[in-house]
Amino acid sequence: MTSPTRPLPKFPEPDSEPFWQATKDHRLLYQLDAVSGDVVFFPRRSTPGRDLEWKESAGFGTVYTYTVIRQHGHPFFRARAPYVVAYVDLDEGFRMLAEVVEDPDTVHIGQRVAVDWEDHDEVSVPVFRAAGAA
Amino acid sequence: MPDRTAAIAGVYEHPDRRVDGLSKLQIKAECAANALADAGLSWSDVDAIYDAGEAGQMSGVTIAEYLGINPRVVDTTSVGGSSYQFHAAHAARDIAAGHAKVALLTYGSTAKSDERAIGTGARIVAEPTPQTNMEAPYGLTLIGNYALAARRHMHEYGTTAEQLAEIAVTTRAHAVRNPDAVRGLEAIGLRHTGEITIDDVLSSRTIADPLHLLECCLVTDGGGAVVIVAPDVARDIRKPPVWILGTGEAIGYPGNARDITTSAAAISGPAAFDRAGVRPDEIDIAMIYDSFTITVLTMLEDLGFAKKGEGGQYVEGGRLRWDRPGAPALNTDGGGLSSNHPGMRGIFLLIEAVRQLRGESTSQVAGARLAVAHGNGGQLASRHSGGTVILGRD
Repeated sequence: MTSPTRPLPKFPEPDSEPFWQATKDHRLLYQLDAVSGDVVFFPRRSTPGRDLEWKESAGFGTVYTYTVIRQHGHPFFRARAPYVVAYVDLDEGFRMLAEVVEDPDTVHIGQRVAVDWEDHDEVSVPVFRAAGAA
Repeated sequence: MPDRTAAIAGVYEHPDRRVDGLSKLQIKAECAANALADAGLSWSDVDAIYDAGEAGQMSGVTIAEYLGINPRVVDTTSVGGSSYQFHAAHAARDIAAGHAKVALLTYGSTAKSDERAIGTGARIVAEPTPQTNMEAPYGLTLIGNYALAARRHMHEYGTTAEQLAEIAVTTRAHAVRNPDAVRGLEAIGLRHTGEITIDDVLSSRTIADPLHLLECCLVTDGGGAVVIVAPDVARDIRKPPVWILGTGEAIGYPGNARDITTSAAAISGPAAFDRAGVRPDEIDIAMIYDSFTITVLTMLEDLGFAKKGEGGQYVEGGRLRWDRPGAPALNTDGGGLSSNHPGMRGIFLLIEAVRQLRGESTSQVAGARLAVAHGNGGQLASRHSGGTVILGRD
């Protein structure tokens, strides 16, 4: 019997597909609106008047808020609990929901974190760890 | 005071929290019949229907046929738990425009019978969207989403767990006075159905830090119906009309710099108060969507009852209990925390507000004249809807 696995993005889904393609090379992408200068996340298709350029993040950010999930109905997450899910404010100006893979007792708002990658067959899932950790 | 353009004429809340064997459509029809009887109106009077789609696809068509109604206005706005505040707003607008005279809102849910784990369940993604693809890998539950907002609120303003717990303690005190709520708590298997203390809340298990079990709403079956009518119809109804004085609608969604301690209520609330010509400090009854304690705290601030960041102090000492002067009474039916939460609670906010303004509540505030019903749909820390309705009696 195989152990339950993390739910992964499903395709076709054309807005998020370029983001997930880039994860295979451990690149964290976001978009910049060339007209307004706004940072855009999650990714989406350009439309007339909104010309979105793909950019690559250095992968460093700050925990804006977090929770420790202790109860979940999905077998993967049930086995993984307790784990931390946070909004991370990336230094390039976009906010991303992601897991912070650290001891829940050590995670705090304002904490500096860096992207790490959990490799799967089709994609790599970006997660965060305390910045400076090995 | 603006013109009185529409009134709630009839309401009905299904008394059971377990309705084993009934379908959503059956619950909706039973509630509709009783709400029409409450108003002294009949099926043939109904010329507008409002439906949030919980009974399936093409709900506007389905419900019209099932109830045998030939509506001239159909509105299937579906924005989660606050759908019924949006429906009330649209019904008042449609009636004011002369498009309808008698509007019917219905809700039915079998969430408990179906054993749906709404707060912690695994979400099945049938057809991916950019949002599900970006977020589903991380296992954030619905409760966890609200916990994100609670954690940030505590960090930013020093809000304490004890202050959040006050809200659950107050709503339980109101539920204990409501026989349907007590029977419901027993029916869904709660061992302790009496009043609770702050310590009880804080010693209940943590579901998603910082939210404890007793800070989370129930999962029940249930349903309700509301009948909204034009002023000329309101003259002839069985009970005193409850006027829709002002409404507001707004949507919130994640942004790179969004302050998640503020919700869509900060837009919909002031709009509704402004249109009603009413100030928050005039409100007797605050029916505020209590999916979680943090939902109420956030919305008390956003609606203008307390300054942003001061909601914690505002609720201290049981201030929002039905029998305390100087502040509105909160969720006097027991709320979603302790009476019923079948998934989309907004309709019950309207129903209990009407009971209060008629003098029919089990925690009746003497002389209640003005109420606010604020619904929150979706998920507070990400994408959500806010609908505010200000109600008043003659």
